[in-house]
Amino acid sequence: MAHVPFSGGVHAPGRARIAARTLREDRWWLQPLVTFVCFSAWLLYGLVRASLQKDYFVADYGYLTPFASPCLSTSCVPGSTHFGTPFGEWPALIPFAALTLPFLLLFRLTCYYYRKAYYRSFWMSPPACAVPEAHVSYSGETRFPLIAQNLHRYFFYAAVVISLINTYDVLHAFRGKDGGFGLGLGTLILLANVVLLWCYTLGCHSCRNIIGGRLNHFSKHPLRYKAWGWVGKLNARHMTFAWITLGSLVVTDAYIALVSSGTIGDFRFIN
Amino acid sequence: MTDLERHEYDVIVIGAGGAGLRAAIEAREQGLRTAVICKSLFGKAHTVMAEGGIAASMGNANAKDNWQTHFRDTMRGGKFLNNPRMAELHAKEAPMRVWELETYGALFDRTPDGKISQRNFGGHEYPRLAHVGDRTGLELIRTLQQKIVSLQQDDHRETGDYESRLRVFAELTVTDILKGDDGAVSGAFGYWRETGGFVLFSAPAVILATGGIGKSFKVTSNSWEYTGDGHALALRAGASLINMEFIQFHPTGMVWPPSVKGILVTESVRGDGGVLRNSEDKRFMFDYVPDVFRGQYADTEEEADRWYKDPENNKRPPELLPRDEVARAINSEVKEGRGSPHGGVFLDVSTRLPAEEITRRLPSMHHQFKELADVDITAEPMEVGPTCHYVMGGVEVDADTAATSVPGLYAAGEVAGGMHGSNRLGGNSLSDLLVFGRRAGVGAAEYIAALGDSRPAIRDVDIDRSTETALAPFRDASENPYTLHSELQQKMNDLVGIIRREEEVREALEMLDGLDERAESVGVEGNRPFNPGWHLALDLRNMLAVCRCVALAALERTESRGGHTREDFPGMDPQWRGVNLICTLDDTGTVQLKRQPVPEIRQDLLELFERTELSKYLTEPELSRLDAGSAESAQGSEQS
Amino acid sequence: MSYDAKFKVWRGDADGGTLEDYTVEVNEGEVVLDIIHRLQATQTPDLAVRWNCKAGKCGSCSAEINGKPRLLCMTRMSTFTEEQTITVTPLRTFPVMRDLVTDVSFNYQKAREVQAFSPPADLQPGEYRMQQVDVERSQEFRKCIECFLCQDVCHVVRDHEDNKPAFAGPRFLMRVAELDMHPLDTADRRPAAREEHGLGMCNITKCCTEVCPEHIKITDNALIPLKERVVDRHYDPVVWLGNKIRRRGA
Repeated sequence: MAHVPFSGGVHAPGRARIAARTLREDRWWLQPLVTFVCFSAWLLYGLVRASLQKDYFVADYGYLTPFASPCLSTSCVPGSTHFGTPFGEWPALIPFAALTLPFLLLFRLTCYYYRKAYYRSFWMSPPACAVPEAHVSYSGETRFPLIAQNLHRYFFYAAVVISLINTYDVLHAFRGKDGGFGLGLGTLILLANVVLLWCYTLGCHSCRNIIGGRLNHFSKHPLRYKAWGWVGKLNARHMTFAWITLGSLVVTDAYIALVSSGTIGDFRFIN
Repeated sequence: MTDLERHEYDVIVIGAGGAGLRAAIEAREQGLRTAVICKSLFGKAHTVMAEGGIAASMGNANAKDNWQTHFRDTMRGGKFLNNPRMAELHAKEAPMRVWELETYGALFDRTPDGKISQRNFGGHEYPRLAHVGDRTGLELIRTLQQKIVSLQQDDHRETGDYESRLRVFAELTVTDILKGDDGAVSGAFGYWRETGGFVLFSAPAVILATGGIGKSFKVTSNSWEYTGDGHALALRAGASLINMEFIQFHPTGMVWPPSVKGILVTESVRGDGGVLRNSEDKRFMFDYVPDVFRGQYADTEEEADRWYKDPENNKRPPELLPRDEVARAINSEVKEGRGSPHGGVFLDVSTRLPAEEITRRLPSMHHQFKELADVDITAEPMEVGPTCHYVMGGVEVDADTAATSVPGLYAAGEVAGGMHGSNRLGGNSLSDLLVFGRRAGVGAAEYIAALGDSRPAIRDVDIDRSTETALAPFRDASENPYTLHSELQQKMNDLVGIIRREEEVREALEMLDGLDERAESVGVEGNRPFNPGWHLALDLRNMLAVCRCVALAALERTESRGGHTREDFPGMDPQWRGVNLICTLDDTGTVQLKRQPVPEIRQDLLELFERTELSKYLTEPELSRLDAGSAESAQGSEQS
Repeated sequence: MSYDAKFKVWRGDADGGTLEDYTVEVNEGEVVLDIIHRLQATQTPDLAVRWNCKAGKCGSCSAEINGKPRLLCMTRMSTFTEEQTITVTPLRTFPVMRDLVTDVSFNYQKAREVQAFSPPADLQPGEYRMQQVDVERSQEFRKCIECFLCQDVCHVVRDHEDNKPAFAGPRFLMRVAELDMHPLDTADRRPAAREEHGLGMCNITKCCTEVCPEHIKITDNALIPLKERVVDRHYDPVVWLGNKIRRRGA
């Protein structure tokens, strides 16, 4: 094995002199690798889909993809503007949801789970437990820009508003061709997606703090204590929901794209 | 000696478990410069293993509880051989010691009105054990550790040095107590485990808080530290040990897998509803209620089961008899062929409580069985058997000050004897540590105040002798300390274990003669830094001295009582109730045993019991003295 | 049921050392610490190892097994195959003393830097009243056996020796959280958490939680809630504005 300078980390002076930087023999690199690939693919998919400004709405049934919600300009397909058209023509390549997507992205970017995942898989800090990280110095989240991770709760507030918008979008999706009540596979997908989004959003660590975690006397706030318990249950599965919602967003968007482009037809249960 | 490190303190506390830390806190608060010495890292002492709780009659769970009831339970548990003054002080002061812990930051489980919750335990009439799940010992040690840190922070604010008044010496073993020309304590000699360097402490007062002797037995719940160091240090310093024959075998230790054999299964399992069954699926404890306890324990399973819900109107289940009774019962079941596959009996809580309740109330038991034995206690029974757990005997001390017969030498906690008589109740250990740990701190402070400036000086000849003894194992010799140790453990377990017979104890004494001789030629490899072979060689001489006391006393006491069961003398004899067995070293370093009367129980304390109950323990002359005394006091009260 | 296992054990001290090969007997139901003890008793009487309770309750026998921080007494041999070579080294974040024993005094220093429990001054022993729901969070953290595996695995100090002075480590940040959540503690521990104990250094990559033998949810239940409490106080613009106004008014 090559000579390793005894400077920092596990080779710092005084520590047991073991040449190997890690003695882990399991496939510790698998998890960060999978995360890296999945996150990158998702970002690419989202970027492409949002910039294309195509196949984002199924007018017959009122399906609007979350990637284009809310659609607020006159460039939007008629019927997709659930909140009016305060804006005129929309420039090409800029996602219709340019007002909300950054907040959603920042909500996930500053999310305590995603932070763990991308610090490990993108920044290798550290790639896995007891595997040395790839950087010479480290200051954590004490300086700009990472100190901004502390703003997570504001993105949480934004995410709640956006989840409400998404929920409103789903109400529009209970529509048949004739304009009356209808129910199709797309409706169910949109509904499931929004339920999962709520599970992810409300399970947020900031939410847990705001709802009750900041209290030192639960006994004096029985309702908040109960709510803290519920949020805690979601919070324990925050990672699961973080992953599931990545998938459900893609599924929802892809389904709408396929139906909207006429590649497939929507499977209708009612009307 | 070039490599001798020297320190000067007012008081040296040897041992950093519950008693040692409480003593150190008290000594420091009394204004003494205090050193705490621990054999392992700070906060790892054996106290962490205590699971069930701290017995204190706070009356939170049942308002009828009071110190008198606690005193009665303690005396009954110890079969009236307890030092009555110790039992009295213990019962009276335990609540305050527990409440103090809360001011240090302890977080006990709570009652609905926000007080400290208290649980049932074997031998205690009311729910009395303050607890945190089943990790009370950890809470106790951590709380005391954090209180020490808090005192050090105070000192740091005042002097700029955390260790100016209270310092912890971790991983340091004391090998000798040193005395001045007048026979009073002058200091202590020891070595750093890490470097092997020698350390000399000058101090007029030394508090022993080294715990027990369990590592002399093969199957034990005790950790490697429990080699009877304090007992041996006291003996060699000229103090005496009392009643070393009384050793508690905890009824429920793990029996499988072999590597964890002996590890404790908390009594709370039974307190919370767990029952003992043999291979025929019978709750056998109903067959083992001794006469002295008839009337206090249920006769039928139905009544026993009702007790958990309604303890007022039902008698308690016999699984909650004092530990010695349960241990003996398990021992006979196994002997008679009704044991479990690995030589224990079944302890079942899985059919008694819902799974989530088990994991909530007994989290560390659940964890322990899952991780170490791959057994899910919420779904299947545990296999358990007796394990050497606690020594009731120990250094003879004055009840009020914890002083030994050597001026300046104090002892508290498991290393001290007398408090628990012939058998200790569960939960009384943690309270004992706190009550007498504090008293030792006060005792040492008073002694030092009276001493003034005339502190005994350390003699150079003692330093030389201690150094020589400590280095002796580094010789080219054939005996391996590990081999000797495992032989000692096996023989003590077999011959002076839970059931004893004259021939076997005599055999043990012969075995000890042989081991003493072989110990002269124990040699160790390697150098002084962190050398476990050397450490064991030095601990071995302590174990050998203590084991001899145990064996001699076990041979002498021809009755069965508490933690001493003689197959050839199965009954309890009131004549023996009044006798303490005292073990000392003579001038040649030979162990001597003599009899000494148990301190008389004060009239007012005796009157806390029914006469019919006392008649099971006391001799006729003692009873008639009691009657005369009661008549007198009745007369006295009529006149006033 | 017994077989011979191949072990590599690090032997040495601060001046250097090597991974030495041993072949040792293993019996059913044994844990790695049993094997280390068998080595001591049969082959290497001076092999240094720290241990105590052998039941996962004292946290003394921390080491690294096949590169992962573990308790020797809680790692069952049945988790390895008979062919596998098992590598045991000392903790790699703290200075080594000899063989498997490291100098963990860093942790005791950090413990001293956390301001002790500060109860209300006038509350007497016996008067403490706390509800079970209010103590449960801190009770979880008090399950800690101080094995320091979380301190060992945390990359903030494991990979950056120079961070040691400024970072208390997961165990003691959890202690700060425990006290901050204590229903009767009167101190505001948030400024110290941020400024003295280096809470901001933690990037919540959760290795502390992964190695905790007590299964304490260190990251989710202690470190992140503490970070959120620090945000409450230091990064909340509304609070910041309020403080500014109040200070001006005073």
